[in-house]
Amino acid sequence: MSEMISVRIDDISCEVEKGTTILQACKSAGLRIPTLCYHPDLEVAGICRICVVEVEGMSGLQAACAFPIRQPITVRTNSPRIRRARRVNLDLILSEHYGDCYTCVRNGSCELQALAREYGVDRYRYPSTTAPKFRIDRSTAIVRDQNKCISCKRCIRTCIDLQQVSALETANRGHDVLIQTAFDKPISEVVCINCGQCINRCPTGALRSNMPNELLWHVIDDPEKHVIIQTAPSPRAAIGEEFGYEPGTSVTGKLNAALRRLGFDNVFDTNFAADLTIMEEGTELLTRLKKVLVDGDSSVRVPMFTSCSPGWVKYVEHYYPEYLDYLSTCKSPQQMFGALLKTYYAKKTGIDPEKMVVVALMPCVAKKFECNRPEMSDSGYKDVDFGLTTREMAVMIKEAGIHLKDMPDEDFDHPLGLGSGAGLIFGATGGVMEAAIRSVYEIVTGRPVPFKGLDVTPVRGMEGIRDAALTIENPLPEYQWLDGVTLKVAVAHGTANAKILMEKLKEGRLDYHFIEVMACPGGCLGGGGQPIPTSPEIRAARARAIYSEDHELTVRKSHENPEINQLYAEFLGKPLGQLSHKLLHTRYTPRGRFFTEGF
Amino acid sequence: MKNEKKKILFGEFVTGAALTRALEMGPEAVVTEVKASNLRGRGGAGFPTGLKWELTAKQESDEKFVICNADEGEPGTFKDRLLLMEQPEKVLEGMAIAGVAIGAKQGFIYLRGEYVYLKKELEEAISSMEDRGFLGSRINGGDFSFSVEIRLGAGAYVCGEEFALISSMNGYRGEPRNKPPYPSEAGYRDKPTVVNNVETLCYIPYIVTKGAQWFKEHGTRASTGTKLFSVSGDVKHPGVYELELGITVNQLLAEVGGEGAKSVQVGGASGLNVAEKDFDQPICFEGLPPGGSIIVFGHQRDMLHVLKNFMEFFVEESCGQCTPCREGNYRLLEGVRMLEKGECSVRYLKELEALCDVMKDSSKCGLGQTSPNAFLSIVENFKTEILYR
Repeated sequence: MSEMISVRIDDISCEVEKGTTILQACKSAGLRIPTLCYHPDLEVAGICRICVVEVEGMSGLQAACAFPIRQPITVRTNSPRIRRARRVNLDLILSEHYGDCYTCVRNGSCELQALAREYGVDRYRYPSTTAPKFRIDRSTAIVRDQNKCISCKRCIRTCIDLQQVSALETANRGHDVLIQTAFDKPISEVVCINCGQCINRCPTGALRSNMPNELLWHVIDDPEKHVIIQTAPSPRAAIGEEFGYEPGTSVTGKLNAALRRLGFDNVFDTNFAADLTIMEEGTELLTRLKKVLVDGDSSVRVPMFTSCSPGWVKYVEHYYPEYLDYLSTCKSPQQMFGALLKTYYAKKTGIDPEKMVVVALMPCVAKKFECNRPEMSDSGYKDVDFGLTTREMAVMIKEAGIHLKDMPDEDFDHPLGLGSGAGLIFGATGGVMEAAIRSVYEIVTGRPVPFKGLDVTPVRGMEGIRDAALTIENPLPEYQWLDGVTLKVAVAHGTANAKILMEKLKEGRLDYHFIEVMACPGGCLGGGGQPIPTSPEIRAARARAIYSEDHELTVRKSHENPEINQLYAEFLGKPLGQLSHKLLHTRYTPRGRFFTEGF
Repeated sequence: MKNEKKKILFGEFVTGAALTRALEMGPEAVVTEVKASNLRGRGGAGFPTGLKWELTAKQESDEKFVICNADEGEPGTFKDRLLLMEQPEKVLEGMAIAGVAIGAKQGFIYLRGEYVYLKKELEEAISSMEDRGFLGSRINGGDFSFSVEIRLGAGAYVCGEEFALISSMNGYRGEPRNKPPYPSEAGYRDKPTVVNNVETLCYIPYIVTKGAQWFKEHGTRASTGTKLFSVSGDVKHPGVYELELGITVNQLLAEVGGEGAKSVQVGGASGLNVAEKDFDQPICFEGLPPGGSIIVFGHQRDMLHVLKNFMEFFVEESCGQCTPCREGNYRLLEGVRMLEKGECSVRYLKELEALCDVMKDSSKCGLGQTSPNAFLSIVENFKTEILYR
């Protein structure tokens, strides 16, 4: 156990581990210190100077978030001197912030607004900024509004340290400091992977997703259009937070009811397409393994990486374009679903795909970019018309006057509305891997995975990189070539962790067969489109909601989903078949790190 | 240079003698001697040099570094430049002795970007000392090796702050860091590092050869030794002066031909503006903080104009990380512009003075903590002149 140090904070005496910050010590002592640039997921910056406290014996005020306790100290958290410094620093920030609160998506969830209320701000101490100075920068996924930026650098610490994408950096000095892309290019022309993690950590409305709400209302209100929504597993485990539920409350049934009342003509489950992904991706894995292990085909790449996360896909396209062959060719569940709706479902129901509008409710900002990729139109139409985030959907539900808490529980529409537990756990890091293992192992051996309650626990959890090994024994006759083979798999979440694996791959030291990567910390449940705030605790709670819902489902393996089997029987034929190839698989664009045409 | 009293720094010097002595004494004795001399950092902050060395020497690490802070950027200082030009071997020997004291094999001179023209001469001095066996591997045939490289700044004033300097050397934006940990624990490449000003290092060879007691004969009790002053402005004899710490402003003015001044900026833009009524104050760590810069203003000078000049400097040179410095300096400059136009109320001026206090109290580094000094002292000394124009 590490050394304990006694601290006196105001009237409270306590013992803390050496190296604990004053902020952490205050938190555990039940004292609240206001913060702004601090975020639990990020490196400490200590730059907003809102959390300043007095430390006896030190001349200036100290930032509580950045001060490690290394010897016994006496701290004061409330004095005229502290209140004045906090208030003046807050006033300085407010005077520079373009605070047009009504027109801001963060109205009500803005940390600066909350602090101003907490400190009783009733006037601008310094002449305030009245007109916006900067043009708004907009990509298909992300909107940057520098006028609202308060230079807390949370976005930079997210982009550079947490995600190691480095699309944003500080430019200029002093009062001219700006958060900028390389050479001040539009965000759409730099290495931004659209993960949106910066949005989740921005305290104000300087970063937000590109909301399609107005357009979407327009098609919903159009009686000619048949508007279908598919909902991913993570939004249902998080959208409740926007309506006063505790993090970790699943509201699947109520959300379905709300979406119908909102005006969607069909409500489908993306988990269905997740099961389909497992069928396709699992088959692709087995095909690749056979080519490598049996045929000795050196043109086939192993390990195979998952391709469900559009942030991760774009990350590889930018940073490791020479390794794109390692990605599974499977489209993400969202895109598979879109392609099927506008072909199979249109044919089955007689709905004109021209008049069909497919909306995807996603925890993700990058899904907006993904559905707008030019190659994502294999159905002959744009496969998915709108990618909508959890936050954006919450706004629409509120706008429609729907009280989520009062909604009855309703099921999805069928067919295409049945998703297995395996599809559901796609929402958590390790979920795709677990789902794949549940099916691939059983397809190969004819027996269920040797884990209690089908819970493949080694790939679960929040460790940045996790791995597992599973030896195949007594496989079915057609998989004899796998007898005695130990399948090695790994899971990484957050592109910084993925980078560690990719660097190993570069060095030829990556000894796995199959790797799941999700661009966002925690996987989709920590996606850039999820409710704000985010923290390790909130993400863990959402994961618990997803895993416990998996346990309640009767179908928990993708290959046992009857609607999937019906789909193959009626339409697709077999996994990796000709039609699957056309509709469910895709190709990637080597983009590189520098701007070129078609970036 | 006008100043015949070459007390210490421009006195007799034989390259290598002090280093040989330091190697004979051993690290602990060197640290003890420097501590005993009460030498305080000449970069402005005045941290006791011996203590800094002791803290770094105590750290266990496979690598340690000595950095000579030659990022002389305070408006009105040019004393380090003179030392680098005229006494490079003294600077380098001071660094090597610091290396002996803390157990470092590698030193760096972080040279102000605008001093790039000195780089060649410094490199020549380094190789000349290497050729003569005073730098490089196995100095004096013993186990001690010490080499020096030059790193160039790129024109940021804030990089004179030790952590911004280290950050810049590490390849990042030159921005100060939260302390603790201090550079003595985790500095360049996260290794224990001593950062000393050029002038500070130049006293070291003398302290080692002549002893702490001799050094303490100069200056005052709390501010031992002499100090270089870069004197500019409305004086007859601008230049670099080596004077005893504890000298009063009046004495200094008499020395440099600046009698009858309206006010004196002691310690550069981040120092204090001293008006005539305080000219009997001593310049030392217990009196007016002894930065290297002395700017003398004659009676024809418009003090608001002087203040504006300083504030424009800080607005430009703040690194822009922390709120009080980034926004505070800008608000102070805006206030000066309002004063110029006669649009600043007495009430708002009070608000700005309160802002100054908060900047001093809550800024992350020395830049923001000292930049309001000029504003506060000029407004206090010349309130009538500034408000009723």
